[in-house]
Amino acid sequence: MVASPPSSAAVPLHRALGLTDDEAASIEAILGRSPNHLELAMYSVMWSEHCSYKSSKKHLRTLPTEAAHVMVGPGEGAGVIDVGDGIAAAFRIESHNHPSAIEPYEGAATGVGGILRDVFSVGARPIALMDPLRFGPLDDPRSRWIAEGVIAGVSGYGNSVGVPTVGGETVFDPTYQDNPLVNVFCLGLLPKERLVLARASGPGNLTVLFGSSTGRDGIGGASVLASAGFGDDAADADKRPSVQVGDPFEEKRLIEACLEILEAGLVVGIQDLGAAGITGAASETASKGGVGMDLHLSEVHVREAGMEPFEIMTSESQERMLAIVEPAKLHELLAICEAWEIRASVIGTVTGTGRFRILDRPGGTVLGDLPASSLDDDAPLYDRPRQEPAGRAGRMADRAEPGAPADVAADLLGLLADPSWVFRQYDHQLFLNTVEGPGGDATVLRLKHPTTGVDTGRGLALTCDGNHRWCALDPRRGTALVVAEAVMNLACVGARPLGLVNCLNFGNPEHPEVMWQLVESIGGMGDACRALSIPVVGGNVSLYNESRGRDIDPTPVVGLVGILDRLDRPPPGVQLRAGADLIALGPEPRALAGSRWAWERGYQAGPAPALDLDAHAAVAALVREVVMAGWLAGVHDTADGLGVALAEMAVRSGEGFRVAVPDSDYAWLFAESASRVVACVAPGHGDDVVRAAAAAGVLARPLGSAGGSDLVVEGLFEVSVVTATTAWRAALPSTLGH
Amino acid sequence: MVARVGVILFPGSNCELDALEAIGHLGGTAELVWHGDRSVEGCDALVVPGGFAHGDYLRPGAIARFSPVMDAVRTFAADGGPVVGICNGFQVLTEAGLLPGALQKNAGLKFLCTTITVRVETTTTALTSLATPGDELRIPINHFEGNYTCDANTLAQLRAEDRVVVRYVDNPNGSVDNIAGVCNEGRNVVGLMPHPERACHRLLGSEDGAVLLRSLLASAGTPVA
Amino acid sequence: MLFSVLVETRLRPGIADPQGATIERSLPTLGFEGIRGVRVGKAIRFELEAPDETTALAQATAVTQQFLINPVIEAADVSVAVTESV
Repeated sequence: MVASPPSSAAVPLHRALGLTDDEAASIEAILGRSPNHLELAMYSVMWSEHCSYKSSKKHLRTLPTEAAHVMVGPGEGAGVIDVGDGIAAAFRIESHNHPSAIEPYEGAATGVGGILRDVFSVGARPIALMDPLRFGPLDDPRSRWIAEGVIAGVSGYGNSVGVPTVGGETVFDPTYQDNPLVNVFCLGLLPKERLVLARASGPGNLTVLFGSSTGRDGIGGASVLASAGFGDDAADADKRPSVQVGDPFEEKRLIEACLEILEAGLVVGIQDLGAAGITGAASETASKGGVGMDLHLSEVHVREAGMEPFEIMTSESQERMLAIVEPAKLHELLAICEAWEIRASVIGTVTGTGRFRILDRPGGTVLGDLPASSLDDDAPLYDRPRQEPAGRAGRMADRAEPGAPADVAADLLGLLADPSWVFRQYDHQLFLNTVEGPGGDATVLRLKHPTTGVDTGRGLALTCDGNHRWCALDPRRGTALVVAEAVMNLACVGARPLGLVNCLNFGNPEHPEVMWQLVESIGGMGDACRALSIPVVGGNVSLYNESRGRDIDPTPVVGLVGILDRLDRPPPGVQLRAGADLIALGPEPRALAGSRWAWERGYQAGPAPALDLDAHAAVAALVREVVMAGWLAGVHDTADGLGVALAEMAVRSGEGFRVAVPDSDYAWLFAESASRVVACVAPGHGDDVVRAAAAAGVLARPLGSAGGSDLVVEGLFEVSVVTATTAWRAALPSTLGH
Repeated sequence: MVARVGVILFPGSNCELDALEAIGHLGGTAELVWHGDRSVEGCDALVVPGGFAHGDYLRPGAIARFSPVMDAVRTFAADGGPVVGICNGFQVLTEAGLLPGALQKNAGLKFLCTTITVRVETTTTALTSLATPGDELRIPINHFEGNYTCDANTLAQLRAEDRVVVRYVDNPNGSVDNIAGVCNEGRNVVGLMPHPERACHRLLGSEDGAVLLRSLLASAGTPVA
Repeated sequence: MLFSVLVETRLRPGIADPQGATIERSLPTLGFEGIRGVRVGKAIRFELEAPDETTALAQATAVTQQFLINPVIEAADVSVAVTESV
């Protein structure tokens, strides 16, 4: 017998909880009766878009996910790949967009906390975070408030929890005005044999909840925060109480305790508590293990008196983990928790019934009773209608590029921004791995064994990339370009890609145009990953990114992890060396469509930049070859345009350059291409680079040479290194404060 | 005989493994000492590492100074044993009264992780014996509360007794008199905000921290190659 | 008796207060004129069981001086009030 039948109300309760009438009917069919409040609340969080991926799952299944080195693909806490020497790398990316729009500091902080738990719950010690961030323009006070709060939140939580933030992106554009994108990537390392998955097994085993207490924070967060757009300010204020508050000190102790527990082999399965709280963690471990579970609410340590069962079951209180433990090993687990001052309690038992039952206390009243697998496996899957946006063909054909700049130097300097204002606030050096930190093409970390500390002499390379402009023009090619850019970023540090995770930030999937963007984007990602032999090992989908009915530009973000087979010297880096020759390697597009320069001047049409994936693979292989051979003194990809690439190399090294481009055409400077790099050739290796390019069938165009106190593009502009450096350094502090 | 360096581990510390690695890289041996231990027996030198001991809640170092191990650290220091507090460790040592002054929020009110230059001001301490006065070292800082402050009398005393160990060449955080590190009267207890352990490997951009940690090993009795 | 204790901490005179200074600097740009001397501190509240108010104040002051503030840079005001008589 199940307690507390639902009351009838003016608005059906299921709708208030975000469930459709059809979904409510499915629940009734599963249970063979009407669900009570508690059951309805559990279905509503688990069947939310955020937890169930109901609009995207069908399409995500088209992505390539397999390779010999993939140990765990999508669908688990984190993707896991074998990186050699007995070491596995676990990584994942997630969004915390909506919580960050309401409370930027805690939204970002808890985003960091959540992604860390995904990684250490598979047994990996988190060693690197990256934060691709996107905000509205900095002349908007609210966007500034959001940007400062988010960056402070990443800094406050990440630094304190003791995991370095080694990379990321910071992008400002009006499309994110009221809906920032706060994506968080984490990578951890584990000894291969320690991999633990979120599986319950063995009836009679115990369910242990440990970490922070369970409070009312985040009640309904999954369905309310993750699935609703933002409107007026009053509504925002009402949502404020459901934002969770992070405690990095609790998380730090949780990391150490968990890794000790996993190292000692004390658990059958383990999972972090994410968006659906205890409901998600407990039902998923039971469902994946093909067993049932009884939970006893009286045993959950709660923060406030009088919490309702549905509140306990759906609370998103942070810094909590759920483990399945054999009774004989419980004592040892509790002792480790006690040493780290972590609260732990047995809140349930694994059963052989396949039922997920909620009881008020051991042997007490059954408050909810449903098939364990129904919360996860029976969640609805939608193939929502999709439609190419009207008039798209006409926009693609639009060639009304902006006219020639009046002041090329001013336009170019306007595109520069030193990101160190952001990453100086992040500890990016902890663990003594960071060979190339944030701000370059890709981050390079020494690869050391996670438990012995033995240096493998190899390196990991990481990058995060996204580009809403390319994807707005053409979500399929744009997404392929994003993957391609990530591959080139790795090539610039000498790394080959091993695995990719994606964070798909899109608008409202109930808009057919958005659904079309999403499906096209996933298709483009699949095309690129297949062509470049990259398995997709995990992902996150964030939908309903919209403000006042306007969808954001489609923004798929990828996190790409690669390996340097030898790390005995730092990569060439984004820099110039006086006297060195400058050569552009790769095809030569001059189309301005999709470039930031053109976009900001109102030209938001035309085709996305051209991309030939085979040619791209050849350029990337060439760049890797010449980097690893030690033939370059500096290198930078031109995905932000050749002009920005050269200027960044100049200001980062304090060296000028003198180059010429064909016909002194300004478009050469501003057109963006993912398939090209600027190489600053190490003395004596010019012939080597040219020969290697010829052998690879890659165009190598001499541009000029590095050195001097000015940035000079003949016939276009001349500006001093000092002036350029000042503009570059001042871009962020001038609006965000010192 | 290779000296053993004890690295104190509080809940919330996070630079302890880096300290072990750097000391090992320089030929020393180091081991962790849990904050709940009441003894530091067998250690020839102690490092209080960086991080956020006890979450830095209340104030950085305010709770850590009550950890059981701190009595042993006090005794060890009083007996002349070399003790170095790095970053959060410096904050712990000031809170514990082993070093004068206090560390406030950076003048810029932002966390700062960047490589700066410090000048070695004195070489008669446990951390600088192998350096040369005036040496300029490039070493990372990584802190929110690194703005050293003390009253005028204390400052006058620190100067008069040559107890400012390292000074910032370009003050990043508002510290009084550009102070980046100080020592106690016995010169065996040193605290500094920069992280020498982050500057001991050629792949990490600077090896300038090595001279400091080698000095510590030397003061602990390790023959230095 | 149960007392409620309020400890208000502040930086000692002469100790730079960058948070206070930053708030003060930003006030005119928000249109608030004539505000000076902004200092940022903390308020810490707790309950304390003691036989009488004098003892309660003495105990609260002791915990404040020994733990809640760092006397090198901070000072505090301690106040106690009866919340409940047993």
